[in-house]
Amino acid sequence: MSTEPTTQPPRLEQTTQPPRLSHARDISRPGFYVKLVLMMLVNAFGVYGIMASYGLEEWGVLAFLVVALIVADYVYFSKRALAGKYLYPGLLFLVVFQIYVMVTTAVVSFTNYGDGHNDDKEAAVTQIQRTSDRRVDGTPTYPVTVLDRGGDVAFAIVDDGTPLVGDADEPLTEVPDATVTDGRVTEVPGADVLDFAQIQERQDEVLSLRVDVTDNPDDGWLRTDNASTAYIAKSLLVYDEAADTFTDPEGKVYLADPDQGLFVAEDGSSLLPGWRVTVGFENYTVMFTDSRLAGPFASILTWTFAFSILSVLTTFALGLFLAVVFNDARVKGRRIYRALFILPYAFPGFLAALVWRGLLNEDFGYINEVLLGGASIPWLADGNLAKLSVLGVNLWLGFPYMFLVATGALQAIPDELTEAAVMDGAGPVRRFWRITLPLLLVAVAPLLIASFAFNFNNFSLIYMLTGGGPNYPGAPLPIGETDILISMIYAVAFESGIRRYGLASAMSIIIFVVVGLVSWLGFRQTRKLEEVM
Amino acid sequence: MARKTLANGENDTRLRGARWWKEVGWKHVFAILVIIYCLFPLLYVISASLNPGGTLTGSNDLFSTFSGANYANLLDTDYPTWALNSFIVSSATAVGTVVMAAAAAYAFSRFRFKGRRGGLTTLLIIQMFPQMLAFVAIFLLVLTLGEVFPFLGVGSNLQLIAIYLGGALGSNTFLMYGFFNTVPDSIDEAARIDGATHAQIFWGIIMRLVTPILAVVGLLSFVASYGEFILARIVLSRPENYTLAVGMYVWGTDERNAPWSLFAAGAVVAAIPIIALFLYLQKYIVGGLLAGGVKG
Repeated sequence: MSTEPTTQPPRLEQTTQPPRLSHARDISRPGFYVKLVLMMLVNAFGVYGIMASYGLEEWGVLAFLVVALIVADYVYFSKRALAGKYLYPGLLFLVVFQIYVMVTTAVVSFTNYGDGHNDDKEAAVTQIQRTSDRRVDGTPTYPVTVLDRGGDVAFAIVDDGTPLVGDADEPLTEVPDATVTDGRVTEVPGADVLDFAQIQERQDEVLSLRVDVTDNPDDGWLRTDNASTAYIAKSLLVYDEAADTFTDPEGKVYLADPDQGLFVAEDGSSLLPGWRVTVGFENYTVMFTDSRLAGPFASILTWTFAFSILSVLTTFALGLFLAVVFNDARVKGRRIYRALFILPYAFPGFLAALVWRGLLNEDFGYINEVLLGGASIPWLADGNLAKLSVLGVNLWLGFPYMFLVATGALQAIPDELTEAAVMDGAGPVRRFWRITLPLLLVAVAPLLIASFAFNFNNFSLIYMLTGGGPNYPGAPLPIGETDILISMIYAVAFESGIRRYGLASAMSIIIFVVVGLVSWLGFRQTRKLEEVM
Repeated sequence: MARKTLANGENDTRLRGARWWKEVGWKHVFAILVIIYCLFPLLYVISASLNPGGTLTGSNDLFSTFSGANYANLLDTDYPTWALNSFIVSSATAVGTVVMAAAAAYAFSRFRFKGRRGGLTTLLIIQMFPQMLAFVAIFLLVLTLGEVFPFLGVGSNLQLIAIYLGGALGSNTFLMYGFFNTVPDSIDEAARIDGATHAQIFWGIIMRLVTPILAVVGLLSFVASYGEFILARIVLSRPENYTLAVGMYVWGTDERNAPWSLFAAGAVVAAIPIIALFLYLQKYIVGGLLAGGVKG
């Protein structure tokens, strides 16, 4: 395509009609430089990430960054891929923080990932050796200096007059330019000596640090119990790589069990930690078969449905009633009423739940103390009352939305229909049930279904109002009568003594299925109602 | 029934007496009751916030004292940091969401490319699954990312923004896509003939024509991320990075030290911008624009 007019002499500078360029190549526009700077930043970030993940051997992250960076450079420097230029940023975030995490949820749900099974087998073997170590008899103790080297704790000792420094990743190595006073290292270039208070603060890190003496872990490692002297320790357990077993000093053999991700002895005892393995559908079946878990789980599942259905029904009923009552031109001051009705909806939900928690407090709350004259009703501490309270607070939070929606839908119903019904002799009640409500439902059905899905996952209300309590006695997890599925997942993943990401993910998948099913049903239902119209 | 004849000769149809009470009057009484139900928790929290050093019990005498001490004391706590964090996180999320969702909607609305229909369908399906359902996996991802990029690990507000932006396309592209389609193609064509590039058309023409929807999406995403709790709770670990939602939760549930009046003052301050935004957005809610946007 030539845009150059043929009548002009060829050498003449084109001022009237330059050939059209996209921003991708046009260096005369400022937009190009903005893009160039942005792309430089993106590339710097990407290359930094690629190098860091290479160093950490995070191959998944590395592969993703390489692909993402190549695609980004292609999309923004090529003349093609126009749509890509606009889709790329959003898609990148969508892929990482929505699609990838959904896939990970599914993958993790088939593993035993969690506390005690956090890492791969190699890490578990090292960890077992390190935690089962004892001081090697007859070895000397060394005055030790605790250092902070690039954020990691490191040890420095003096052996035969040579200062040696090492940390978790690097065995002891000679540091000739370190300063030694009275047989103790006092200064190391590139590292900070931690004082007593700093050591106290990072006590766990210091006590769990093992610094290999040489490259070979069988030579033992340096550890400390008091941050002032260190000694050489070796594992009591002997790992036999060929047989894949650990043997303790009494001769008891722990054999690796790839199904459980644990080293298990014949008498059933096992070594901790284990490693991550695929456990199939165990996380799914345990919810129904584990006697201590199955009962609470079934109750929570039932309550989750009851809570979301009742929440939708109560808020919609009150909202609709108010809308019908105040959809009456004869009532003066409706605008003011409406503005005040909407206030609970405008108040941030998380704050409302916390304020109600205070109001409903058994001993000091306003409801018991003032409204009920000093009664002591356990609004949040008794199972059934707590469920009632949750529904009551959700009614307060939710009815204004339904009121707004129903008012809008009511006003959209043509007056002629009501007039026709009046002509035919239908009374107000009959008109409501036969004309108003069916027409209204067509308009609001999708919103009711969305509201159901929202309440099904209304974590902050439950967590802030009752914390899920009162707790089920004897359940292996801190879960209670008002817990809904999503708050139960939170408890499984973060609040129980042993975090069980695998089980939590399996429960998340159940929510995914329910929410997907509800959305799909809602979609169909809406279409059906429209056909009725 | 006696009807007065008005000066202009028409009948006075206004209701009076018992009939007025039966058909209209009771509605006013009912409205007052509903208003009391709506307002009393709000009045309670305002009263508690004005009661210096008040505990839960001390807050039960509504409006017995008036003092701004709690509001002044907020400044000596982490509260200003939380407010700033909330403001930064929510603003950045709002701006990022608007730009990314608008760009995606522009692409879907104006370009014809391979996978366009498939992309729209996929978005429609993804829209059904709220991002926070995968919070366990998000936490695990944050742990991994934190190793590679230390500034994106647990406790990073930047990471929280990135996570919120992950939900940007899913929930807003469709809203915007519909709106973008209402801008006639002929405007683009005219600009193209005048030599405008696609970027100039996007930034200079389309974005200006759809400003109302941009404002609404931005404000909605501001409100949503301002009140978002579960992801903020798992990502933010130290008090100095808390957002208001996490910080207020910690104060509101701390029954032993119970800085209840301080919590109340914080709640009032935190609620004001959101209430203002909601009253402003009311008409869009009624218009159904917020389909299913039940707030959290």
